[in-house]
Amino acid sequence: MTVPANIVIVGAGPAGMRAAETLVEAGLHPIVLDENARWGGQIYRQPPAGAGFRRGPRALYGFEARKAMALHATMARLRPQLDYRPHTLVWACETVADAERTGLAGTAHAALSPGDRHDGNKGYLATLRGTHEQAVPFTHLIIASGATDRILPMPGWTLPGVYTLGAAQTALKSQGCAIGRRIVFAGTGPLLYLVAYQYAKAGAQVLAVLDTNTMGAQAAALPKLSAQPAVLAKGLYYVGWLRMHGIPIERGVSLERVLGERRVEGVAWRPSADAPGLDTPVHMLECDAIGLGFGLRPETQLADIAGCRFRYDTLDRCWLPERDEAGRTSMPGIYVAGDGAGIAGADAAERSGRLAALALLDDVEPESSTASIASRVDSATSMRRALRRIARFREGVETAFPAPLERAASWPDTMIVCRCEEIDAGTIRRCVRSGAASEINRLKALTRIGMGRCQGRVCGEAALAILADESGLAPEALGRLRAQAPIKPIPLAAALCDEQVAEIPEDARDE
Amino acid sequence: MLYEQAQLVRLAETDRAPVSFLLDGIPARALEGDTVLTAILTQRHALRTSEFSGEPRAGFCLIGACQDCWIRTEDGQRLRACSTPIESGMRVLTL
Repeated sequence: MTVPANIVIVGAGPAGMRAAETLVEAGLHPIVLDENARWGGQIYRQPPAGAGFRRGPRALYGFEARKAMALHATMARLRPQLDYRPHTLVWACETVADAERTGLAGTAHAALSPGDRHDGNKGYLATLRGTHEQAVPFTHLIIASGATDRILPMPGWTLPGVYTLGAAQTALKSQGCAIGRRIVFAGTGPLLYLVAYQYAKAGAQVLAVLDTNTMGAQAAALPKLSAQPAVLAKGLYYVGWLRMHGIPIERGVSLERVLGERRVEGVAWRPSADAPGLDTPVHMLECDAIGLGFGLRPETQLADIAGCRFRYDTLDRCWLPERDEAGRTSMPGIYVAGDGAGIAGADAAERSGRLAALALLDDVEPESSTASIASRVDSATSMRRALRRIARFREGVETAFPAPLERAASWPDTMIVCRCEEIDAGTIRRCVRSGAASEINRLKALTRIGMGRCQGRVCGEAALAILADESGLAPEALGRLRAQAPIKPIPLAAALCDEQVAEIPEDARDE
Repeated sequence: MLYEQAQLVRLAETDRAPVSFLLDGIPARALEGDTVLTAILTQRHALRTSEFSGEPRAGFCLIGACQDCWIRTEDGQRLRACSTPIESGMRVLTL
């Protein structure tokens, strides 16, 4: 093959790994940039290497052990044929198209070594590995950036001992630790039950599972959830197992507050009200740790700063990069796959990673042999069929476990919404009520919500919920929180050394 | 009641080699393969105090997204505790 392709994959979870495999099978040599120390992403995260961790895949990944082992083995096998770079943060992306539009043509090229400056390069990624700064040019880019927990706050949620459900899982999987001694899992979503099960099975004391959604919502979702009977069966198994082991599961609860002064000492919650408007008594449950989460939200910052067009997605209730069925974005040569392109879970991520890579292959070598085209078409067709089944299941998950955004109206003014800079709900409300902001970026400019170190990854959902409640506007009318480079904090030195990163153009800046 | 000072509890993988480090100037022990966050929170319940309110914090997402676990070493270097491995002789501060 004579294609002069610099193919870069960002992320080494299920989507990134399957994309890499598909490209290597076609004789290409992709670069895989992974922020983690080892491949696997979050779901198939591996404990640190060479440190004497001994638990096997069955203990680490449960029912998913076979999938985890298959993916890890695939990456190990491909290792000589790809350029895998762990510990590597991608913190900026500049495209040639972007440079031309902003009148800074050539800026992206200037960052590249002369050998990399052929016309095919569509841009470069600014990467940081330890203190080592490197510009990575690409002709084609697959973004498989994954997801984080969708978080809604409650009073006291910044106390030590409150962690995301994902954090609880990461502590157990990669460190062999529980987030506390007496643990309550609260929020909603499939992960709530899975993590509670994993903790109890590992010997942790799980005091209760508090789900903000009702049994009714979950029953109503069953027809759609049946699109994936095996996944549904696993979910039901976790619930059954928890019940069998005497772990209380409360549904339809309101989470009132985290109790404690300097650390978590308990959680206050209300059981489901029998009739609307009927107040139920507040229950206090003593505990020293809380795992909290309300589903997942995609990491879309990289697609954003790469210039991809976004659309509002009513199922994920957030803005997603526009893509065709194969993962092509609005930017030629840039593809998205996995949960970072829209929440669909690990099985879908494997398929969408492969699909994006197949689309990329079609785009780089339009004149391949008929046989290889036929096999690609077959493969893509079967991937798409599976993805449609999973999409129906996903609708079921959102029906069963919607995040309780309506709670925003009851959040006290003094409750912290932004944990980076401790901006409270009252500050956000006053700003909206004053008429100064009815759009999220304006709200960010005026209150600094979403402007802290996490760039709104944690508080964005809550800020939008308050804005929606106060303004009465539909979610898609609230605007999209724009990402900025660096998409995660980097040492100042790295940004200063990298003179080639263009200044952010005037019209892209916040007000 | 020393254990009650800890936030994280080790449930498994406890026969890894010990690693010595200094926690707020006091000799402390972690296990090889621990993150700095694990090394600290298996003996403390907080990593740092908020620069705004002074309230204690102990990290939140553990996967490098929330940026709630940045702490300092004695020589002023900043590190993200959830994604930095503990190393022998490290001198970390939670104060």
